Amino acid sequence: MENIIQGKAYVLGRNIDTDQIIPAEHLVYSLSDPEEVRLYGKYALSGVPIEQAGLPEGGIPFVEEGNFTSAYTIIIAGPNFGCGSSREHAPFALKVAGARAIIAESYARIFYRNCVDGGFVIPYESSQQLSKMILTGDELLIDMDASTVTNLTQNTTHPLKPLGDVVNIVQAGGIFEYARKNNLMA
Amino acid sequence: MAQTITQKIFARAANRKFVDTGENIWLNVDILLTHDVCGPPTFDIFTEEFGPDAKVWAPEKVVVLPDHYIFTSNEHAHRNIDLLRKFAEEQELPNYYDAGTDRYRGVCHIALAEEGYTLPGTVLFGTDSHTCTAGAFGMFGTGIGNTDAAFILGTGRLWEKVPESMKFIFEDPMPEYLTAKDLILEILGDIGTDGATYRAMEFDGEAVYSLPMDERMTLCNMAIEAGGMNGIISVDSVTEAYVRSRTDKPYEIFTSDPDAEYHSMYRYHVRELEPVVAMPHSPDNRATVRSVAGTAITKSYIGSCTGGKLTDFLLAARILKGRTVSVPTTIVPATVKVAADLECEMYEGVTLKTIFEDAGCSIALPSCAACLGGPADTVGRSVDYDVVVSTTNRNFPGRMGSKKAGVYLASPLTAAASAVKGKLTDPRDLL
Repeated sequence: MENIIQGKAYVLGRNIDTDQIIPAEHLVYSLSDPEEVRLYGKYALSGVPIEQAGLPEGGIPFVEEGNFTSAYTIIIAGPNFGCGSSREHAPFALKVAGARAIIAESYARIFYRNCVDGGFVIPYESSQQLSKMILTGDELLIDMDASTVTNLTQNTTHPLKPLGDVVNIVQAGGIFEYARKNNLMA
Repeated sequence: MAQTITQKIFARAANRKFVDTGENIWLNVDILLTHDVCGPPTFDIFTEEFGPDAKVWAPEKVVVLPDHYIFTSNEHAHRNIDLLRKFAEEQELPNYYDAGTDRYRGVCHIALAEEGYTLPGTVLFGTDSHTCTAGAFGMFGTGIGNTDAAFILGTGRLWEKVPESMKFIFEDPMPEYLTAKDLILEILGDIGTDGATYRAMEFDGEAVYSLPMDERMTLCNMAIEAGGMNGIISVDSVTEAYVRSRTDKPYEIFTSDPDAEYHSMYRYHVRELEPVVAMPHSPDNRATVRSVAGTAITKSYIGSCTGGKLTDFLLAARILKGRTVSVPTTIVPATVKVAADLECEMYEGVTLKTIFEDAGCSIALPSCAACLGGPADTVGRSVDYDVVVSTTNRNFPGRMGSKKAGVYLASPLTAAASAVKGKLTDPRDLL
């Protein structure tokens, strides 16, 4: 597993719930048919009210109209990211859109589990209010070994909380891969 | 070592005597619940990971209750039902409740209880965040995603962190103008939408044990709105009467040790509490109904796993009997059973159905309906700048359809009183 994630930041506020990540009306598409799967990318984060989308200024959709993927690969958010429903379609949609990591102040439990066990995006936590320090569009570099994120645009580096117990599942790529490696599926 | 009820249920499911909070342990699962939105992708993952010929670990422990997108012309939604049916046939699942047949039941959390699957002391995982509803029966219930559910389908097990517990004690007998919804919105206002993240929320006290099971389910249902892993209420004679009238399966009753450790304790005197709402756009945005009374509304919605049970409609009927609504008001029974009850249960000599029809409400078919917006043709879905008073459980932006709409979460009493007046109204004004 490569240990560097680099890309543009997309900044959101607090309590981004799963209806904002993927509105319920879109949950009808297949998660296995390759053509339909693209729709999850198209509608990723489409439920966020536009004035709160892409902070600090807002008004920046995560996925441009007519596109199926996002220009942003690292999502920065406040506390309680992914609260609300249990839909795994939420981290799935973020992955399909091209996101690879999230750095939030905290997560709701089910969303966090889904990110890790499904191997979709890596849910990092920060004890700093990065959503107030990083601007949408800043170029970021996450060093997974050092547990840091460097803002190449602002030339600053911030610590990330270590992944803790779940690092083994993240490194394996999900609960199934982890369970196979550890003979837990017998 | 002293343990909470949740720890003891975890210990039983892990074949251990004691489990400590914070431990990640493997639990043996008693029931896996899924529905039409998350069932098909769960079954896909199961087939992909365990192979095309794999069989689920225990067909009788898998309960499939389609409920989300039932009464819609959306073709993708219909396809999801077809996929559930196909998997249930292939796997010979005895507990599949097919839509469009007389097996159909309605909202999964309520139907699960009605059908006798909610057994004290057991462990339930479900592909829906409101699976915590079942904690009302002195059992562990929590929501998971499709990957975790697929893992359970193949192995019958899942890892979970033993949660710390928070205790919420409601003293005094319940006043007639208060409901379980007011109690849980009170808590949410105090601790916030992440105030219980990864923790168990244990409800206790005279007021809680005076509540019927429908109301206890409402309390536990909204544990997830505080980020809680589960809500839980100890078993008493009310619980046992409900369970025993629906199943003869054995169960085990656990209770928290008196000296068990809690993360925190909250004590309320219900006589001092007032009817409350959660204002847009968060379930913790609490205000007394009095303080926002007069706010104009465009719709009232009485339904869902939180607000569409028989007890919820008995409460609404107390307000609506002999009155008429002044905004479009949708009554959505959670289940087929509740819908049937509306036709025979009486308030002051009149059936609930007649009371609601005479008041000018429209009565929809049982399903999740507009609680989560749903496809464009979903009954009761919010549009444009709707201001909705709703007995549902979540009001983040766009939850009931329109991103521009505002949703006030409220008790059935408050939703009914506000429907009559066309503005937010404290139910005490009409009781």
